[in-house]
Amino acid sequence: MSTIVSLPDQTTAALPKRTYINNEHGILSWLLTADHKRIAMLYLVSITFFFFIGGFFAGMVRLELLTPAGDLMAADTYNKMFTMHGIVMIFLFLVPSVPATLGNFLIPIMIGAKDLAFPKINLLSWYLYMAGGIFVLTTLVLGGVDTGWTFTTPLSTHYLNTHVVTTATAIFIAGFSSIFTGLNFIVTIHRMRAPGMTWFRLPLFVWSNYAASVLMVLGTPVLAIAIVLVALERTIGIGVFDPTKGGDPLLFQHLFWFYSHPAVYIMILPGFGVISEVISTFSRKRVFGYTAVAFSSVAIAVFGFFVWAHHMFIMGVSNYSALVFSLLTMLVAVPSAIKIFNWSFTMQKGSITFETPMLYAFGFIGLFTIGGLTGVFLGALGMDVMLTETYFVVAHFHFVMVGGMLMAFLAGIHFWWPKLTGRMYPESVSKLAAIITFVGFILTFFPQFVVGYLGMPRRYHAYPPEFQVLNVLSTAGATVLGVGYMLPLLYLAWSLKYGAIAGNNPWQATGLEWQIQSPPLTENFIETPIVDHEAYDYEWLERTKERELQHVG
Amino acid sequence: MGISPVLWEFLTKWLTTSPVWPREASTIAPWADALFIFLWLMTLFGVVLVGALVFTFAVRYRKERHPVAVQIEGSTLLEATWTIIPLGIFLFIFVWGAWLYFRIYNPPADAMQVYVVGKQWMWKAEHPGGQHEINALHVPIGRPVQLTMISQDVFHSYSIPAFRVKREVIPGRYSTVWFNATEPGVYHLFCTQYCGTLHSGMIGEITAMRPEDYEKWTKLSTSGMSLAQNGERLFASMGCNSCHSGNAAAAGPNLAGVYGSKIKMDDGSEQLATDGWLRDTILNPSQHVPLGYKPIMPTYQGQISEEGLIDLVEYIKQLKTNYRIQQTLNTAKAEDVVQPTPDQKVTP
Repeated sequence: MSTIVSLPDQTTAALPKRTYINNEHGILSWLLTADHKRIAMLYLVSITFFFFIGGFFAGMVRLELLTPAGDLMAADTYNKMFTMHGIVMIFLFLVPSVPATLGNFLIPIMIGAKDLAFPKINLLSWYLYMAGGIFVLTTLVLGGVDTGWTFTTPLSTHYLNTHVVTTATAIFIAGFSSIFTGLNFIVTIHRMRAPGMTWFRLPLFVWSNYAASVLMVLGTPVLAIAIVLVALERTIGIGVFDPTKGGDPLLFQHLFWFYSHPAVYIMILPGFGVISEVISTFSRKRVFGYTAVAFSSVAIAVFGFFVWAHHMFIMGVSNYSALVFSLLTMLVAVPSAIKIFNWSFTMQKGSITFETPMLYAFGFIGLFTIGGLTGVFLGALGMDVMLTETYFVVAHFHFVMVGGMLMAFLAGIHFWWPKLTGRMYPESVSKLAAIITFVGFILTFFPQFVVGYLGMPRRYHAYPPEFQVLNVLSTAGATVLGVGYMLPLLYLAWSLKYGAIAGNNPWQATGLEWQIQSPPLTENFIETPIVDHEAYDYEWLERTKERELQHVG
Repeated sequence: MGISPVLWEFLTKWLTTSPVWPREASTIAPWADALFIFLWLMTLFGVVLVGALVFTFAVRYRKERHPVAVQIEGSTLLEATWTIIPLGIFLFIFVWGAWLYFRIYNPPADAMQVYVVGKQWMWKAEHPGGQHEINALHVPIGRPVQLTMISQDVFHSYSIPAFRVKREVIPGRYSTVWFNATEPGVYHLFCTQYCGTLHSGMIGEITAMRPEDYEKWTKLSTSGMSLAQNGERLFASMGCNSCHSGNAAAAGPNLAGVYGSKIKMDDGSEQLATDGWLRDTILNPSQHVPLGYKPIMPTYQGQISEEGLIDLVEYIKQLKTNYRIQQTLNTAKAEDVVQPTPDQKVTP
């Protein structure tokens, strides 16, 4: 009942001759590829680009808030900064982050398939994403948009002269990219599993991406409808949201949050998958309570659709519907709590090492616990009255989205970097980056809980002077955080050429992706694998290795 | 060796001027703070528990100490524990939060009324006695105050952190919030819903005063015309009185004493005459035709400002008899004979 696993001797590893990277050459071979791995790399480059654009806007917001007076930029400019920050980060980074990069690369390999079910639709997804991105960049060049990422009507439809329709087009198009990705994943996971790969042998990363895909496919069309209605109201005044024409402005809130609350689960669920893989691998131990973790992802996806009105507790919804939505919000918190404890207990009696992905995973657990529990504050009706629309909310969702999701994304990028590129990232500088990110994060966002309870509203260009100290701390933290994000960009780029050669399975992990060469062949597997073991079966891995040794010997 | 002056200033500022807890200035504030503290204790407990588990396992089962992992499938008992205990805690918080919410949003019957109109980017407060304030609100302590609020343009939100209350101010419908101030003082008023360019300038001051000071303030700052008086004028000048005269044969229903009553409608339903209902009947009369009347009232959509609507609502709320309406009509008729004006000819 026990395994001994040691890291292999990497000095003997060599880069394979033929890989998906050098299989074909030239820019067209990338732009017209149908290979899920190449598309994943296209996504990785594009979302990284947009991440730093969104990061720039965040930096400008924090810089303005260094002083209480609105002295760095005009109010309109500031409003554009936080709007562009939200739109770029949510629609062009967080939503596609893990699914479109790591999910795209790994899901087919993890289930033993050659590619996704619809390789060309997969490429189309990337083009739609890029089209959305180009519309966002166009908006930027034309002078930006200042609706806030939430597009609240009637502000967005009647009262702003900025490029609302261009931005709406961008989000509409990018939405289809995510619908297609979700559809592709669902069909792939249903139809393309290798012989023996039953549902309960799937890695948890696949489960959580599956749950997120269901949300993408069912939720995103509602966003598309809401966005189209905003554009129609703005251009021809159809009056769906306009009370003077018999419309209801609250209807927009319902439509928008019907997507945008599940959207936070679209963002975080794939991150959960990464954490399950990382914690298991570096503890050399199967995930504690596999079924509970798998089903908690599904539970989050199901409950996630029925909590949207908790964004509207103070908006004059009936007190009794508020009760129902508050109760459901409390229920959706439970599966997340289950996951946290299951991950912790995965480490029990393991054999733990502390490589960079594991450090990021620890950061994730800490920050996501705070982020999740502060969500309970906001789900509690009477407390929400005080906290909503203040910096408390800003802190809460940054703890979940940045502290949680971005940590998970970085954990995943480091964890699978050897598989993606065939090379190792430099270990000590990346550990440093993980620690800098964690410290910078806490410094940036913890003060915002305090200033939020003091009452500082979000989206304020200028604020009362007594809030300054907490805002200075926050801006100082953002600077540290910026360094923490620049470092991986630099050393990962460096490692492409100078990183140590990784070998097939540097972490001695059990997933199918680690049993093939790094970087993989275009067709992933030379022959279709037959799966005869459960996920995270380290004893199976041990037996396989022994057998190989005997063959060689 | 000296400390950097910038850092020094920052540190002294931190110690002297930076609050970390908002002032408690309403009856609801201590209740909200109690829940807030409880929630932080829960968070602390959760973080310490998870932190301790992760730290202990990381130390005890690190590879150097524990080279061989022991494979464990899971444990239904443990999993049930960490499903049921958080569920119990969250449900307890749900009940507490709901109780607080109903306290915040259900006003006591004897609350004093103030009307608030939000517009880009200012807050206009109107007291029934005829005091009008911009970006300010004076209220007495020790007495429940209910705000009936509406926006003239986009979504705004009326937030008074020291009272721990906030409510969205929405175009096209009234929303209400109430509080009972306990401490005299001047507190922040923020618009917390992003509303365009000067969102962060849509702020103001809430002044809570001792009842005697408040009395003084009301006397000194009244415009001389109460909202109901303004409403009465508007009622006459818009020609409302010609149909809503209270006569048995009049084309419109009698409005005296209508506020707060249940009204039988043409379509068989019963509607309660609230502030919002009165406003809506003026703007969308065809949606609210009382039993026995014809849908002949024209819409006043776009013809009366939100302030004017508030005046009318306040007037109808206080209308107990039709005596003055009749008098106005008689005076108007008498004037008609002497000096007919075009718009009075139109009225049947």
